[in-house]
Amino acid sequence: MSKRPFLGWFSLPSVLIAFAITASFIAIVQYSFRAYVPGSLDPGGFTFDNFTTLWKMVYGQAFLNTVLLCFWTAIFTLLIGYPLAYAMVRAQSVKLRSAILLISLTPLFLGEIVRTYSWIIVLGNRGFVNAALMQMGLIDAPINFMFTMTGVVIALVHFTLPIVVVMLAAALSHIDLNLERAATSLGAGRVRVFASITLPLSIPGIAAATSTAFAWTFSAFATPQMIGGGKVQTISTLVYQVGFASFNFPLAASLSLVGLLFTIAVLAIFNTGIRRLEKFGAHS
Amino acid sequence: MKKSLVDHLLDWSGRILLTMILGFVLLPFLVVFIASFNDSAILSFPPKNWSLRWYTNAIEYRDFGKGLVNSLKIAAIGATVAMIAGSGFAYVLNRYEFSLKSLLNSILMSPLIIPNFTIGLGLLILSTAASLPRTIWLVIGVHVIIVLPFVIRSVYVSLQNFERRFEQAAESLGAAPLRVLLTITLPLLVPGLISGALFAAILSFNEFTASLFVVNQSTQTFPVAMYNYVREYADPTLAAVSVIYVIAVAALLLVVHKFFRLEKVLNVE
Repeated sequence: MSKRPFLGWFSLPSVLIAFAITASFIAIVQYSFRAYVPGSLDPGGFTFDNFTTLWKMVYGQAFLNTVLLCFWTAIFTLLIGYPLAYAMVRAQSVKLRSAILLISLTPLFLGEIVRTYSWIIVLGNRGFVNAALMQMGLIDAPINFMFTMTGVVIALVHFTLPIVVVMLAAALSHIDLNLERAATSLGAGRVRVFASITLPLSIPGIAAATSTAFAWTFSAFATPQMIGGGKVQTISTLVYQVGFASFNFPLAASLSLVGLLFTIAVLAIFNTGIRRLEKFGAHS
Repeated sequence: MKKSLVDHLLDWSGRILLTMILGFVLLPFLVVFIASFNDSAILSFPPKNWSLRWYTNAIEYRDFGKGLVNSLKIAAIGATVAMIAGSGFAYVLNRYEFSLKSLLNSILMSPLIIPNFTIGLGLLILSTAASLPRTIWLVIGVHVIIVLPFVIRSVYVSLQNFERRFEQAAESLGAAPLRVLLTITLPLLVPGLISGALFAAILSFNEFTASLFVVNQSTQTFPVAMYNYVREYADPTLAAVSVIYVIAVAALLLVVHKFFRLEKVLNVE
């Protein structure tokens, strides 16, 4: 009798899915080296043209926009997410903890469209924020949030917050409270305990949350598309535009490929950093 | 121990900060709630007249109904397929060593890193190159690929916390492997399987970007139908849809929280 019953049957479906994933990846790589034939979905012969085209301004700008969005979103999400995760983990009452958890998690399950549309209503020229500020007499003309980086970053922070809160809360909840108690009993104030115990111990969690925030923002499409409205082009919106406006699949494929390699490189740098930090934490 | 002035100050600034952050999280939903009852087709705050006409409009708009049916179908089939494939793989991953195991694992987990627009484009190109028709099964395939890593992870975690002694007891009493699997392993894994499948279904129901690449007019999902509506019309119908959506999701989460405790599911205890 086999020592590994079910091995074949249990892995068969996932092997088929793995084949589909590999095949679609090969399709992207293959198309990115093929020529674009206007008016046809079938690509032409082998070429490097798609990658040389990517050096043009539009594409460089989209890369720059994407990186800037990722950067600002990560910073603001961490600044807002850390206190939220801290409050959630350390809340004394179970009810308060559940309430914070549910409020910060619900948006995660609402999808990009509902959340982005809601932000359009909040940030639009006739939207909530501008109407409120004008009625209070603080501004005379509406502030432009729509079609700007600021507007996209605000909505992206809201989009990324739940996953960052979950990751930070997981990191904070695994910190040994005895370390904090020891510091307190030795006379350290709350600010000092936080700055010299809690914050340093949560740095690996912060790094992990940052890399996840980066990946989320990088792959965000609906938010830059709807709030950026074509004025804030990112890699995702450009891939869609190139793919569906002119059906230039080869160029869309090469743009995706370069974007993917870029993501993998950034995440690899983060992971090495996280591993170093964890080693550092273990030794000190 | 008496609280010092600094402690009181810290407590209060902490409370104010927490309220402000929670306000930021809730603000868009409160605003969309108000906007959905605005009688005028043009956005204005505060609304001058109130009405329910956008709710009627949302219910009567045919693309939403079709999209909802498609999305429920895709989520149900996709989550089931992902649960079968994912739990099978999590089992062999947890129990056996075999060749190419880590390669297979990295391929199946790669959708966590690959952006959804790239996954969508890849399967669109693949189906075009293979001249496959763009049916609902293509959309289901894309969704299975995207939700599978979450199912594998969830079942794998349950298997790691699994008490092997029950299986060993059954084996030593002479039960065949299939019988052990069906009468011991599977029943004990049910909670992990259910929460994994539920999570997969919710993710699939919300998935938008990859779907946009592979749907056509007749297979469009609910999120895609919503996106197309915003591009065509500026009236607050989508605000009404959003309110219904938020209430449904919040209710679902409350139920899940009652039965499973979200802290445990998310490992933040």
